[in-house]
Amino acid sequence: MKKLLFAVTTAAIFGMAVTAQAADKMKACWVYVGPIGDFGYSYQHNLGRLAVQKELGDKVQTSYLENVSEGPDAERAFERLARDHCKIIFGTSFGFMDAEYKVAKKFPNIYFEHATGFKTAKNMGIYNLRWYEGRYIMGQIAAKVSKSHIGGYIVSFPIPEVLMDINAFVLGAHSVDPNFKLKIVWVNSWFDPGKEADAAKALIDQGADVLGQHTDSTAAMQVAEKRGVHAFGQASDMIKFGPHAQLTALEDNWAPYYVSRVKAALDGTWKPDNVWLGIKDDNAVELAPFTNMPDDVKAMAEATKKKIAGGWNPFTGPINKQDGTPWLKDGQVAKDSVLLGMNFYVQGVEGTLPK
Amino acid sequence: MLEAILLTIATASTPLLLAGIGELVVERSGVLNLGVEGMMLMGAVSGFAAAQMTGSAWLGVFAALIVGALFSLLFAFLTLSLVTNQVATGLALTLLGTGLSGMLGESYVGRPGLRLGTLDIPGLTDLPIVGHLLFGEDPLFYISIILVIGVSWFLFRTRAGLTLRSIGDNHGSAHALGIPVIGIRYLAVLFGGACAGLAGAQLTLVYTPQWVENMSAGRGWIALALVVFASWRPWRVFAGAYLFGAITIAQLNIQALSMPDMTFLPAPVYWLLATIKAVPSQFLSSLPYLATVVVLVLISRNRRLTMMNTPASLGRAFVPDR
Repeated sequence: MKKLLFAVTTAAIFGMAVTAQAADKMKACWVYVGPIGDFGYSYQHNLGRLAVQKELGDKVQTSYLENVSEGPDAERAFERLARDHCKIIFGTSFGFMDAEYKVAKKFPNIYFEHATGFKTAKNMGIYNLRWYEGRYIMGQIAAKVSKSHIGGYIVSFPIPEVLMDINAFVLGAHSVDPNFKLKIVWVNSWFDPGKEADAAKALIDQGADVLGQHTDSTAAMQVAEKRGVHAFGQASDMIKFGPHAQLTALEDNWAPYYVSRVKAALDGTWKPDNVWLGIKDDNAVELAPFTNMPDDVKAMAEATKKKIAGGWNPFTGPINKQDGTPWLKDGQVAKDSVLLGMNFYVQGVEGTLPK
Repeated sequence: MLEAILLTIATASTPLLLAGIGELVVERSGVLNLGVEGMMLMGAVSGFAAAQMTGSAWLGVFAALIVGALFSLLFAFLTLSLVTNQVATGLALTLLGTGLSGMLGESYVGRPGLRLGTLDIPGLTDLPIVGHLLFGEDPLFYISIILVIGVSWFLFRTRAGLTLRSIGDNHGSAHALGIPVIGIRYLAVLFGGACAGLAGAQLTLVYTPQWVENMSAGRGWIALALVVFASWRPWRVFAGAYLFGAITIAQLNIQALSMPDMTFLPAPVYWLLATIKAVPSQFLSSLPYLATVVVLVLISRNRRLTMMNTPASLGRAFVPDR
């Protein structure tokens, strides 16, 4: 039933691609995995698109497809945009990778950009944010403010980006409090407010008093606010949903990158790139103001942020894998390629990794 | 902790139950409305918007009920008066509801919503374990239970219920007996729409008091499956909704359990939990759906039983003079 629904919705979405007129303008297009009204991941990407529209609106027209499911359906979405004379297409979800790659091969004259993946081609570049930098800071804050020494973490799917963030969170927490435990709950969905709320309740019932999430809705923040525990926002600043709960939020600031890439496409200087932007790159990974925490914790968070902005990587050894086998030697920094393909937990993370 | 888990289950199951019991009445009258998801979303967005505009969560519930019913009226008009295909029209209703609710709700995204208050009876609500569950829930929980009792009584204990079922089983004969088939079906569809609207209000005013596009995340489809799962019997819809909710919540809780802290449990229980924990969460997430398939296989095994429970005219077009 659900599958059928998805198939039908996607089919309908093809008919709804938002397109402005004016044929002489260059077209820049986006494909979103969720609704732009999710107030989370897709919402932030759309803010980036709006920034492009605002800054380059006289030369560029933008359009987008939202709610495109990952997998084979995505291929049709990309193909449709390519045939619709888009000059540059941004695929904004990991699961679009194979579909986008295939379509990129078919349309060599169109520029493709894929977020959070690892496949590149002559006309397909990749871009990503180093969310793990923010997660490390969050882990430190969590370990400081938690009274029960138990944190909860709501996650979607075991892909590298998610595992990287779990690992960074735990490394950060253990750098402050080695007894801090992180309970992890997989909801197997990027966006299901109800289920995210249920997971938050389950974690709080089991003693967690700080919640983190790698899912897209504000539901968990609301539960935290109601139950009187702390939480971290995801993708957008969620302070309105948790005025007493939010410690900080990991915000995705895509606008500067999108503007620069669309400009490059306009000038004809576009080349496929492989960038991974972090705190030091104009706050591409932005942390919402540190709130609801004592001053010393805030100072610690600011200090770590500065350290990371100065070039320090949270994945600096010595770090062991979960089973105790050594991964990074003292002072050794993890290679980006290893991080991008991360498929293991580091020592200190509890539970088994879903395969 | 047990009480908290039971409360979470009740909250998770209520929208399924509300939408399911409404759809049951619709299908008992012989109409298949696949638009539950769309009606639910329309109810959700209008409930949220009305509550924001008026400052009263109750008015939100009322608005959701009305909008859900009005939206289903569109379906009723198309399928009953213009005799369009019910499956296609229902799917269209879901698509329309999903898109329209997203558009209408655009300005409400990112705003924290009002929460419908819970019942509080001093003394009773504070009883251990069952106190909050029985006497401290939100009004929509009680409405959902009353609806199950009411629908069950109506369908099997009243003459009007018998009439409705007879239309569902054989609209030709019912028509020949002088029963206003189309009129009664209109009422049934409206009832189903109102229930789906309430389910939507539960999402935006109780479950997660906020509006985001597509926030029902497939619950309307689950409600539809529940009706078949329940072989069109009200109490089985209740059982199905709570089974579904319980499995979902239990698997989330089991995931969060840390086994070294559980050694105080008796060995068989510990062993059972450890075994479930070893099962990948992806599989556990699919359990409620799997259960539905298994039940479907079981009930369709016996052809006679299936025929007996299924409304025989379900989904078939009816034109009075034919």
